[in-house]
Amino acid sequence: MLLEYIPILYLMLVAIGFGVITVILSSLIGPKKMTREKAASYECGLPSEGFQYFQTPIKFYVFALLFLIFDLECIFLYPWAVHYNQLGLFGFVEMLIFICILLVCYVYVWKKGALEWD
Amino acid sequence: MIEHQSLFLALAVTLFFIGAAGAVVRRNAIIVFMCIEIMLGGVNLAFLTFTRTTQNLDGAFMVMCIMAVAAVEAAVGLAIFFLLYRKTGSIDLEKFNLLKW
Amino acid sequence: MSPEFILPAVNFQCILPQILLSLTALLVLLVDVFGLVKKANALALITLAGVVFATLTLFSGTGLQETAFSGMILVDGFSFFLNLTICLILILTILVSMNYQQFFPGINSGEYYSLLIFAAVGMSFMAAAGNLILLFVALELMSVSIYVLVGFHKDNLRSIEAALKYFLMGAFATSFLLLGFAFLYGATGTMDLLTMTEFIRSNPEVLSSGLFLSGVLLTLTGLGFKISMVPFHMWTPDVYEGAPTVITGFMATGVKAAAFAALVRIFMVPLGSLPIDWSMLLWVAAVLTMTVGNIIALVQDSIKRMLAYSGIAHAGYLLIGVVAGGELAQAGILYYLLVYAFMNIGAFGVLALLGKKETEYNTLQEFSGLGLKYPVLGLAMAVFMFSLAGIPPTGGFMGKLYIFSAAIKSGYVWLVVLGALNSVISIYYYLRVIVVMYFQESGAEDVAFPAPSPAITLGLGLAAAGIMILGVFPSYFWVLAQNSVFVPM
Repeated sequence: MLLEYIPILYLMLVAIGFGVITVILSSLIGPKKMTREKAASYECGLPSEGFQYFQTPIKFYVFALLFLIFDLECIFLYPWAVHYNQLGLFGFVEMLIFICILLVCYVYVWKKGALEWD
Repeated sequence: MIEHQSLFLALAVTLFFIGAAGAVVRRNAIIVFMCIEIMLGGVNLAFLTFTRTTQNLDGAFMVMCIMAVAAVEAAVGLAIFFLLYRKTGSIDLEKFNLLKW
Repeated sequence: MSPEFILPAVNFQCILPQILLSLTALLVLLVDVFGLVKKANALALITLAGVVFATLTLFSGTGLQETAFSGMILVDGFSFFLNLTICLILILTILVSMNYQQFFPGINSGEYYSLLIFAAVGMSFMAAAGNLILLFVALELMSVSIYVLVGFHKDNLRSIEAALKYFLMGAFATSFLLLGFAFLYGATGTMDLLTMTEFIRSNPEVLSSGLFLSGVLLTLTGLGFKISMVPFHMWTPDVYEGAPTVITGFMATGVKAAAFAALVRIFMVPLGSLPIDWSMLLWVAAVLTMTVGNIIALVQDSIKRMLAYSGIAHAGYLLIGVVAGGELAQAGILYYLLVYAFMNIGAFGVLALLGKKETEYNTLQEFSGLGLKYPVLGLAMAVFMFSLAGIPPTGGFMGKLYIFSAAIKSGYVWLVVLGALNSVISIYYYLRVIVVMYFQESGAEDVAFPAPSPAITLGLGLAAAGIMILGVFPSYFWVLAQNSVFVPM
């Protein structure tokens, strides 16, 4: 039974070998001219700007929290969705009530102005 | 299964006490809160282990409740930390001594 | 692992009061955010109407004895009595809050009232929980609402600091409670309290397994934090002092009632047959809790902080009932929780009335001469203090009497002797307030406080009347409490 895993072992060896060999080769034959851009820390290929520590607008925090709360309420949809057929109309109405309560929260957040960017 | 149960449980309890030790030792409010989340992670693992051994799904549902509640606690807690930071410019727990501990 | 699916029996009748309370909370939130009402007290009145209506629907469930939602909810006398207590706490708190807004305008908002109601919903579900899952979710609903309410005074650094402390300590204690639940679940294979009771009855050997015992200990830690049992009481004075005074009264009574409900449901019934050394542990905790609370309360200058320590001591008296076990002790605990609600919200209501914007921690000096200048207010405060001290003919005396006599019947004579000694100590610091009020000249700076509104007069009057009724005519409520004990079906 273990023999069936032999091809996977081959694949792993090839993958590891390829990675190791390219890294070694490029460090052996590549030119080594250190420039300012090369020494800078890598960030998406764009030149980095600013300092590491800067203050983020508080708006991001409010949005992140709202996202977190509404996102995690979806956790209760999963068991409901799995048993949707057995639950039938009853389950549908129950979930509708749950969503309605969430909707009240959404309306509250909206009217409070937490969703306005400026 | 049984021999694995104690391994998982050991990991869960270890996680729990790493979190508890951190929550007692650290002085930054946010790090203390993160340690409490580690404790909850340990508890979740314990519940899932017991779900496996007891063969009923109560524990799995409890885990979902714990996750949802943890998010709510995070929201409330961060709001409190933020309010304090805006008032005092710090969330170092040792600096709060208006009320004697 | 996919067991066949059984649709749970659903009976909304059983949770009608809680549904109505939740609807009221959502309604108040929406009414406030859309700016539908302009008058100052309108929100409080809407809340009050909803809560009173929910309280009335509570009585439609009198005498029911059933489980709903496949064992999640236990509708029995126990939950009825506690729900009644919690609704009374909520009504009194709302009445007292309506005056408080004169120097704390932020309190008159939809968030405040809806959080208050949500906390009460959490408490009443805790009282009715027949399953550890629901118990946990209800506990968190209550706790999270109260974390916010403690920090509701956003301009007051003390309030925020108290919220921070309560939040961090509360979250820490909750994780211990959860690990305890996990161990109980692992040892018995169920989260349902009634099934757990049966399991323990048929397999008594589980009682001595390490997993089960550590679960019990961790659960006791988590709940002990909520009732501020020594040695988990450190947060109590700070949080009680920092929180807005009306909230202090609410959490001192409501959280205690709900947590003791959970303690009774878990510790007096499924674990009622624990080996003797476990009740020794509770015995020691009860004595420590009473003594530490009373001794430190003796030296407090701030009355708010003194009441916080006295709250710890009262948790100790209630723990005597838990140690004693049996139905008589349960009824005693229920009766005491009801009396405690009246006297504590009353005392904190007086403090809220006298509070000033900057310094909400009332010192003893501020009370000097109060009883002569404001005779009615002084009389009410005297009633609350007498009752807290447990002096007849107040309700506090009857409550202590019931708990102590139940403990003597169960053979805990020494515990009762220590409890009685503690009551004697406590008389000193309660009576000191009365002495200062009546026999001391008022200081140079005159205490001027806003004229009491009809709402707070009603609230304090109700509280004082409740104490006197429970003290002079205890039989009706004592019989009700005796019929309300939790016996697993």
